[in-house]
Amino acid sequence: MNGFERLFPYILAGVSVGGQYALIAIGYTMVYGILRLINFAHGDIFTVAGFFIVYMSATMPLVVSIPMTIILTVLLGFAVERVAYKPLREAPRMSIMISAIGVSYLLQNLMWYVTGGLAKQYPVIPWLSNSVTILSSTTKIVTIVTPVLTVTLVLLLLQLINHTKTGMAMRAVSRDFETAKLMGIKIDRVISVSFIIGSFLAAVGSLLYFTNYPTVTPTVGAMPGLKAFVAAVFGGIGSIPGAVVGAFLIGISENLIKAFGYSTFSDAFTFALLIIILLVRPTGLFGEKTIDKV
Amino acid sequence: MKKTLALLLVLMLALPILALGENYAGTITIGIFEPASGDNAAGGKQETLGMYYANSLVGSVELGGKTYKLEVSEVDNQTSADKAPAAAQTLVSRNVNVVLGTYGSGASMAAAPIFEAAGIPAIGASCTNPGVTLGSPLYWRICYTDDFQGDVLANFAFNNLDVKVAYTLNMLGEDYGAGLVNYFTRAFEKLGGTVVADTFPEGTSDFTAYLQNAVNAGAGVIFSPSSTTYASLMLGQAKSMNLAIPFVAGDTWASSVILEAVQGSELKVYFSDFFDENDENASQVSKDFVTGFKAWLNANPQNLTNNGGNDIIAAVSALGYDAYMTAVEAIKATENGSKDQIAEVLPSVSYDGVTGMIVFDENGDAKKDIAYIKIADTQSLNYIFVTTTSIQ
Amino acid sequence: MKTKKQGLIIGFILLALLFVGLYILENTLSSSTMLLTILKKGVIYALIAVSMNLLNGFTGLFSLGQAGFMLIGAYTYAILTIPVGMRSMIYQYYDGGIVQFAMPALVGILCAGLLAAFFAFLVGLPVLRLKSDYLAIATLGFAEIIRAIIQYEGLGPLTNGSNLLRRFPTFQSVLYPFAAAAICIGVIVLLINSTYGRAFKAIRDDEVAAEAMGINLFFHKQLSFVMSSFFAGIGGALLAMYQGSIQAATFKSTMTYEILLIVVIGGMGSVTGSVIASFLFVASSEWWLRFLDNEMFIGSFHMPLLRSGFRMVVFSVIIMAVVLFYRRGIMGDKEFSPTRIRNRLLNRKAGRNA
Repeated sequence: MNGFERLFPYILAGVSVGGQYALIAIGYTMVYGILRLINFAHGDIFTVAGFFIVYMSATMPLVVSIPMTIILTVLLGFAVERVAYKPLREAPRMSIMISAIGVSYLLQNLMWYVTGGLAKQYPVIPWLSNSVTILSSTTKIVTIVTPVLTVTLVLLLLQLINHTKTGMAMRAVSRDFETAKLMGIKIDRVISVSFIIGSFLAAVGSLLYFTNYPTVTPTVGAMPGLKAFVAAVFGGIGSIPGAVVGAFLIGISENLIKAFGYSTFSDAFTFALLIIILLVRPTGLFGEKTIDKV
Repeated sequence: MKKTLALLLVLMLALPILALGENYAGTITIGIFEPASGDNAAGGKQETLGMYYANSLVGSVELGGKTYKLEVSEVDNQTSADKAPAAAQTLVSRNVNVVLGTYGSGASMAAAPIFEAAGIPAIGASCTNPGVTLGSPLYWRICYTDDFQGDVLANFAFNNLDVKVAYTLNMLGEDYGAGLVNYFTRAFEKLGGTVVADTFPEGTSDFTAYLQNAVNAGAGVIFSPSSTTYASLMLGQAKSMNLAIPFVAGDTWASSVILEAVQGSELKVYFSDFFDENDENASQVSKDFVTGFKAWLNANPQNLTNNGGNDIIAAVSALGYDAYMTAVEAIKATENGSKDQIAEVLPSVSYDGVTGMIVFDENGDAKKDIAYIKIADTQSLNYIFVTTTSIQ
Repeated sequence: MKTKKQGLIIGFILLALLFVGLYILENTLSSSTMLLTILKKGVIYALIAVSMNLLNGFTGLFSLGQAGFMLIGAYTYAILTIPVGMRSMIYQYYDGGIVQFAMPALVGILCAGLLAAFFAFLVGLPVLRLKSDYLAIATLGFAEIIRAIIQYEGLGPLTNGSNLLRRFPTFQSVLYPFAAAAICIGVIVLLINSTYGRAFKAIRDDEVAAEAMGINLFFHKQLSFVMSSFFAGIGGALLAMYQGSIQAATFKSTMTYEILLIVVIGGMGSVTGSVIASFLFVASSEWWLRFLDNEMFIGSFHMPLLRSGFRMVVFSVIIMAVVLFYRRGIMGDKEFSPTRIRNRLLNRKAGRNA
């Protein structure tokens, strides 16, 4: 087997997992761009979406539970923002960050309590779970669907941001919060819209992720959430294309590390990569240079 | 508004003062030290079920003409070495006379000094790491140890499966897996085979890279002792990859989670177990346990859920049952069931249990020398018994 | 000046009373009570919380790497102090391990702090330049990298890889951690009240203005980072002594989040706040709410919802409530001051008489 053929399964796995990180990373980067908040709870919303389907598909057919899950996840994201982040908007930065950590803590403990610590099996979504063989490596169809769907959704999102009124409002708010408020932009609406979009993407991401890795536990979203955030910072926080590129790069390099036998360090490598990028290009790959006004 | 809220919070925190400092007089308390949440909750719950079932059969004991009630007191140690001491201390503060558990050798080792300082004897049910009893005079165990298990599995892979290259995969930072891999590697290399070692970090969901590594290494078997959560992910991905390499694992994989993961596939999954529920040559004790435990599980939906939603008996449940019964044997040999007397009589206790004859050696380990190797049936939710092995 | 000295004297007297009280408690309560356990863990977390407050609350550097330095401290202490006779049993897979000597406990604790401080110095060199949120992620990343390295099988002969380290010297009396923590917290308070401390606060309030006033940013940031990690390392060693066994896997980022929660609940910028909050935190999560984990019957009514895991849910809800309604924390940024309490009592009295 030549080098590329040997590495191909790893690259394929990397592309697939990178797509999933990308869907989560967009949620992080959008919220950070507008609120300057690291939404620690985002990874847990992703996990809760997984549990929603598990419990609902036990009694309802998939045709009903999939849309229901997406709706419920969006509602959850919206609720979290209203209850835990909105009251703290005028408070010092640290408080809202702590609130995010607190929400994440609460969601995780709720999941431990409800599931009783037993891992749940994700329902099998037909067609996505079927196997397909490419270049002598067999995998599920969802592995191919993920990057395609991710790129499509990102393009749609960019259309929204660049060519609609809401998108312009979002760009204005992330550029300058105070001025945007003064110009009459309804801040609450803009923030809610970004949380809704972020949660929607997280729900779709969880559908793809758990079809590939069908065991759901309360802490399953922690590492992907953290890596997705690293991807967002890596690509330039506030930049959606940056987050996606960062996510794919992290997914692929993570798997290549395992191919070369250093799997102990695959997680550590992701962080090392991040630190190097932050030192060389402090605002990430595609980040905008912020000018400090004195 | 703020003040009333603050007052309410403080009152809520003050409530449990009512629950403090309870003492059971005329009762012998058996502490159950098991994880009920966390990564190993599934195994911990199944082990606890065995103990509760035993308690439902034997709820009191007669000592010197007086009847003592046998009460169980459960505490959740989350299988982590840092939560274990506080959980152990809780049991100590409840004045238990003997402790059963735990699932997860790390937590046992972390809690041992606390039980020792309080003079409470502990009987481990499924903690297989040798370190649990080594150096802990008050810790006994009724299962076999990892060096025996590693030997047995290495021999099975080399001789029965005729494999010369093994790929080992365990979780980074988890002592059970690391220990078992270590013993397996030693035994396998002594037999003349080669081992390719790999580890995965905690929280991994994607095992395709590791399975691919095994294929590239030309391994004839994948030795992967891990908790069932990771196992189901591994097997799911092996299924979609149409992996032909068989899996071999330790006692943690003796669970219905594994059976469900391999349904409808061509995967071969072997694991070692402490007993076999379908063994026709099993003792009457075993057969009674099998029928009685299944009936007990099916009678209560909560028990069924804790067992994973079905009534397939996990080996750890049998061990939990045996641990409880061994404790009862010890209590029967004492005058009043105090913890010091239990500790004194335990070395000489012998009990013919579901998992075999339980007799302790001078280290506190049970003299168990038979392991059951089984393969998961891919057509129905069942184990197929392969062989019993013992090592001299 | 007089009131400040009075405050100091009163503070010392209270501290002495505290020690006497603990001594009495220890010898009268039965050893199986939870109170002493909670006090031990609470005071260790208090030290770690204060060290984190020094960095986050007083200097304004948002760092999430605390668990990594606690890990270094704990492992350094354990590796250096396990008695030689036990080593072959503990390092059972690595033929007894490389380190074949044992140091006394106090030396071990000091080395733990020093090594943690040294690594903090190295980490700080590249990382302290970054802006606040990036600093948080970078320090979090370093903590994970440190954990991965310690768990690495190749370093097994030194760190025992994925396995537990145990049988190192521990303390029996509750006075030991209290004394250690009191000394360390005392040093931190002295640091905060010195010119360095004022520089830290200046950096927190406005970095650019501080630099314009002539404060060497990098030196002071490094100082704060290194001092904070030194005490985090000592806290890690004390934590190892409390637990009796340590395993790298438990020093996850979750631990850092818990400490951060304690610091914020107590009030960023308040040492007494951190101390009080850590006792409340440890007591609530390990002791007071444990009854929620077991099934409870009132008469013959089976209380719904009560099963294992409920304790942590209630605890998280309480934390959210505190974060949302007590934004500045319990103590805000004020410290415990006997003089202020006395003044308040006097004013009240004066108010009523007038």
